[in-house]
Amino acid sequence: MPISRRFQLLEKREVNRETFVEPWPEAGLIVADSPADPQPSLRIEAGRVTELDGRPRAEFDILDTFIADHSLDLATAEIAMATPSIDIARKLVDINVPRAEILRLVAGCTAAKLVDIIRHMNVLEMMMGLGKMRARRTPANQAHVTNRREHPALLAADAAEAALRGFAEIETTVGVARYAPFNALAILIGSQTGRGGVLTQCAVEESLGLELAMKGLTTYAETLSVYGTEGTFVDGDDTPWSKAFLSAAYASRGVKIRFTSGTGSEALMGHAQGYSMLYLEARCLLVTRGAGSQGVQNGSISCIALPESLPGGVRAVLAENLLATMLGLEVASGNDALASHSDIRKAAKLMLQFIPGTDFITSGYSAMPRRENLFGGGNFDADDFDDYNVLQRDMQVDGGNRPISEQEALAIRTEAARAIQAVYAELGFPAITDAEVGAAVLAHGSEEMPIRDVVADLAAADKFLPSEQNILSVVRALQIRGFEKVAANLLEMGRQRVAGDYLQTSAIFDKNFKVQSAINDVNDYSGPGSGYRVSAERWQEMQNLPQVKSPRDFIADQIGEPCARLAELGPARTSTSREVIVAVGPAFGTALTRTINGLEHEEVLAAILTGVASQGLVARVVKVYRTSDCAAIGHIGAQLSGSGIAIGLQSRGTTIIHKRGLARLSNLELFPQSPSMTLETYQSIGVNAARYAMGMVTTPVPVQVDNWARLRLIVKTALLHRHETEQVQDQPPMEMRFDWEPDL
Amino acid sequence: MITPPIKYPLSESAAETLRASSGRLLSDVTAESARAGDISMADIQISADTLRKQAEVARLAGYPQQASNLIRAAELTAVPNAEVLRMYNTLRPGRATHAELMALADSLETNYHAPECAHLVREAAGVYQIRDLLQK
Repeated sequence: MPISRRFQLLEKREVNRETFVEPWPEAGLIVADSPADPQPSLRIEAGRVTELDGRPRAEFDILDTFIADHSLDLATAEIAMATPSIDIARKLVDINVPRAEILRLVAGCTAAKLVDIIRHMNVLEMMMGLGKMRARRTPANQAHVTNRREHPALLAADAAEAALRGFAEIETTVGVARYAPFNALAILIGSQTGRGGVLTQCAVEESLGLELAMKGLTTYAETLSVYGTEGTFVDGDDTPWSKAFLSAAYASRGVKIRFTSGTGSEALMGHAQGYSMLYLEARCLLVTRGAGSQGVQNGSISCIALPESLPGGVRAVLAENLLATMLGLEVASGNDALASHSDIRKAAKLMLQFIPGTDFITSGYSAMPRRENLFGGGNFDADDFDDYNVLQRDMQVDGGNRPISEQEALAIRTEAARAIQAVYAELGFPAITDAEVGAAVLAHGSEEMPIRDVVADLAAADKFLPSEQNILSVVRALQIRGFEKVAANLLEMGRQRVAGDYLQTSAIFDKNFKVQSAINDVNDYSGPGSGYRVSAERWQEMQNLPQVKSPRDFIADQIGEPCARLAELGPARTSTSREVIVAVGPAFGTALTRTINGLEHEEVLAAILTGVASQGLVARVVKVYRTSDCAAIGHIGAQLSGSGIAIGLQSRGTTIIHKRGLARLSNLELFPQSPSMTLETYQSIGVNAARYAMGMVTTPVPVQVDNWARLRLIVKTALLHRHETEQVQDQPPMEMRFDWEPDL
Repeated sequence: MITPPIKYPLSESAAETLRASSGRLLSDVTAESARAGDISMADIQISADTLRKQAEVARLAGYPQQASNLIRAAELTAVPNAEVLRMYNTLRPGRATHAELMALADSLETNYHAPECAHLVREAAGVYQIRDLLQK
């Protein structure tokens, strides 16, 4: 337990709830460059790989064999392996080297060679590389939609809102496996209500997943996990050949497939064999490519906390995303599982994928509260929607999301909940009541939902799965009940399945139901002005947050009837009497009548004069026209003051006590925090000014410091200052008459 | 014979000629036919021919492994759902003997005219034998 207050406090910081460990290569707890990692090598004899990364064919494990026979382009391998790794690293950041050239070269690289390229790159260079190598020109994002009670109306409503928020893919999963067909159905209906063309999946065991796809309830699958060592692969109950077969099986039913891998899984499953996480991930990616998957979900995914416990972990996770793009794979780049307790650490990590842009910046943004996420996390969730939208607006970076109004959200949630209610009724599933629909529209999480009869729901789901009912029954049900638009979108998903355009690399549908993939929307980045640029329309959408206000009426509260008690007499004279000058800004009491926190100018002036009078002195009010600057106003006042003491008062309330002889930017006391000022403060300022005028020992007026005030009020401050500055005129200070008597 | 280049996306370039695995024209799959209950799953299922076209698109775009996968997918369109699931499970580690895997490959080739899938299975059988991944 630390004894220093500071270290005690640091110990309690969120980031210190995490585990940080030293590397331990033997246990696989090392992100890159393990002593056991092989040196790159490739020997080809008679068109066949006979040695891979230092290992002869006789010693190949299943991954080596698969990679040697399926993943490498042997025609370019010799050139690729002979090219110094640093040259390939440099090509990655060279805007004059197009993506296609790098793809051709990397196609001949072994896993050890891939890792060797990364060795030369820092995070910024990798981000450059990722921006160029991402397959689809337009970045996008993916959402998770689940809830703990597996409530169909809430699933549909959340999926609809997620689709409206711009997510191009939505995935669900199950708490209880038997719910699978219903959950898949709910997000299918919800997503197609929110926006036609959103791809959906239900993450379940492979054969069940295939069954759902065959019923037309899902359009993609990213459950195909691969691992970097033979032991882990087999423990995952697959081989590269069974996975390759499964991907063909999915594709044969018109389902887009994406493999899943990520640093740390082998160490977590006890089979890292002393290799570094990144080397093993490079092997996974080569298997993914060799099996013919169009893409991969990687970036450590559910193991993220493991690389993050090690030095360089977040860099390695970026590296694996980059490696995937270099192999021509679509990348759904993690940022899904809970990665940190610290918001700073989470957001910083996100930037590595958010700024360059990936095919799916998160491979599962929790579109509901984290506690509802059955994928076991949700690094970013529904509570963070506005933060994410603000980041897009701040950086003019397209993160795949869009802000929506509450009104839009309620409308789409209502439609989706009613649509699934109608389908349940039409297909003979346990009824969804109007009360459930109503609750689903407004709920944040499933604890706000009425309890359903779980036994009845599960029995119905059991019956639905093997039945003849399928997506077409759902389309008809929607048509019969008048949900024509949703029905049309569902049917179009079916029709698109016939064309199979979305099986290609990085395919999604845009908001017009047009396919967008690495074939027809290929990333053509070649430096500034090329590649993906936020369009004028998209930029408008990204900046139009519902919470944005017009700044034009920001200062309406500060403008009122000009103060009747304050009249201008004539040019101010210099005096020799013992007095205090109160010099006000050019807008005071006229163009502006209240301070930033709403104090009437007349009352502020009265408070100051009361303070001065309490010390037996008289104050003279003058209005300064030549400047709106607080120090300058006070400085001019001090030149006029018989005592040399003046209070400078800007119309927004910022105040200074100035003294003749001091430099303009110097002062006796300064009160820059106008929002914290009260009438009592102004009275105390009057008291102190009088005491200075009498040459008395004076303690500065204590000021309240609100560090957030500037943040909260800076726009208003700027506009008030602008308004006052507009009143600046080339005329001398004017003597003011203030109709006021001291209340003594 | 010169075959015309395939224009991607097929949903646009071949909107009038695309056929589902049932043989039905995609242009015939409409809201009206759905309402009439006149569509079956096979009418919204991709055909082997279209998968081969997509394979060609992938190959020409520089994704040869993906093209191979789509060719295998084209072959598997002939295999019934339950049978596909059974084949996948047979290929998982420790599920089948060498002879069973070879029989699966033969069946793929002779019953379903799926030579690429058969090749994949035979390859697996050889590797599984060496790496001790056959049924014990």
